[in-house]
Amino acid sequence: MLRTGILAKKVGMTRLFMEDGKQIPVTVLHIDNLQVVAQKTVEKDGYSAVQLGAGTAKVKRVSKPMRGHFAAAKVEPKRKMVEFRVAPENLIEVGEEVIASHYFEGQFVDVSGTSIGKGFAGAMKRHNFGGLRATHGVSISHRSHGSTGQCQDPGRVFKGKKMAGHMGSARVTTQNLQVVRTDPDRGLIMVKGAVPGSKGGWVTIKDAVKKPTPENVIYPAALASAAREAQRLADEAAAQAEAEAKAAEEARLAEEAAAEEAALKEAEAQIEAEKSADEGGENNEG
Amino acid sequence: MNLIEQLEAEQIASLGKTLPDFKAGDTIRVGYKVTEGTRTRVQNYEGVCISRKNGEGIAGSFTVRKISFGEGVERVFPLYSTNIEYIEVVRRGRVRRAKLYYLRSRRGKSARIAEVSNYKPKADKAGAEA
Repeated sequence: MLRTGILAKKVGMTRLFMEDGKQIPVTVLHIDNLQVVAQKTVEKDGYSAVQLGAGTAKVKRVSKPMRGHFAAAKVEPKRKMVEFRVAPENLIEVGEEVIASHYFEGQFVDVSGTSIGKGFAGAMKRHNFGGLRATHGVSISHRSHGSTGQCQDPGRVFKGKKMAGHMGSARVTTQNLQVVRTDPDRGLIMVKGAVPGSKGGWVTIKDAVKKPTPENVIYPAALASAAREAQRLADEAAAQAEAEAKAAEEARLAEEAAAEEAALKEAEAQIEAEKSADEGGENNEG
Repeated sequence: MNLIEQLEAEQIASLGKTLPDFKAGDTIRVGYKVTEGTRTRVQNYEGVCISRKNGEGIAGSFTVRKISFGEGVERVFPLYSTNIEYIEVVRRGRVRRAKLYYLRSRRGKSARIAEVSNYKPKADKAGAEA
């Protein structure tokens, strides 16, 4: 069952020291106000997907058609939007906020982003070619790619030959990164290892396609409303438990008081009885 | 303070380590946790600190060099490693370099470092940290 991914901003990298002495290099990803802006349904669009928006954009910098789009969804204008294909049963209501607990610690995810641009790069940098020799008669072409093919037969350079050209600024996916820590309060996800793109760049996080889907993932998504509801229920339950405990305590106190009173009464009655018995005895003797 | 700095500061606070004031040239003793099978013990490693890298932050590290059985040995420790039990300053050395890599090519008398006679603890910094 395909569920939605997450649109996040790359904050940077740091390291975590574990209790067992290990250090883990992590990339910190920030989930900034991630809301559902629109739904795509099979009936209307021919496929089912959720459109998510993240960040905040100034209203004056948003085009009029987009303002209308955001107004229809009743959400603040978003900086960046992205669509995730989902199974029809995993569609999320428009306006819902997705939070960082969407992924649990230890889960594997795929992270996609736009890699850092390198401009026009030579064959050595772009394809890890070895270059030519430093000496033995090589002149000027130490970093060249060398031969690009054969002779009169085939008489051409094959398509797809690795040569110099533009490198970077391409969409890159890093697969099977492990989620090390999540912080739903601040909207942070820390994944082990590096993530494509520069700091401040937008990346999308999805459940790893090359791992079996874990059983405890949240369907359709970890929503802020659901978290609030759970918190409310927990608070209510806590309040109720407290009230019950209080009532029980009161009941116990009342019971104790009653028991004490009863004991007192009994003791009094016994004393009375003894007194009367004593008197009776005296009478008998007399 | 940006988010990364904030996270690192939080982690340093949660690790709760107190680092002595030391720099390159000082002779230090590091208590390093070693796991042998199931039991762990603390191993002392004493030598001259020949470099400090990446400041006081979570990424900081230092290199300790010693001569072990006639062979020079260098170890790099992360400042905030959870494997480090303690760091002690044995002797404060007077040097004119931040990185003492020149010690690698020296032996014996020429590899000596004079001791600091007028060492003053960084009072203001300790106060700021505390």
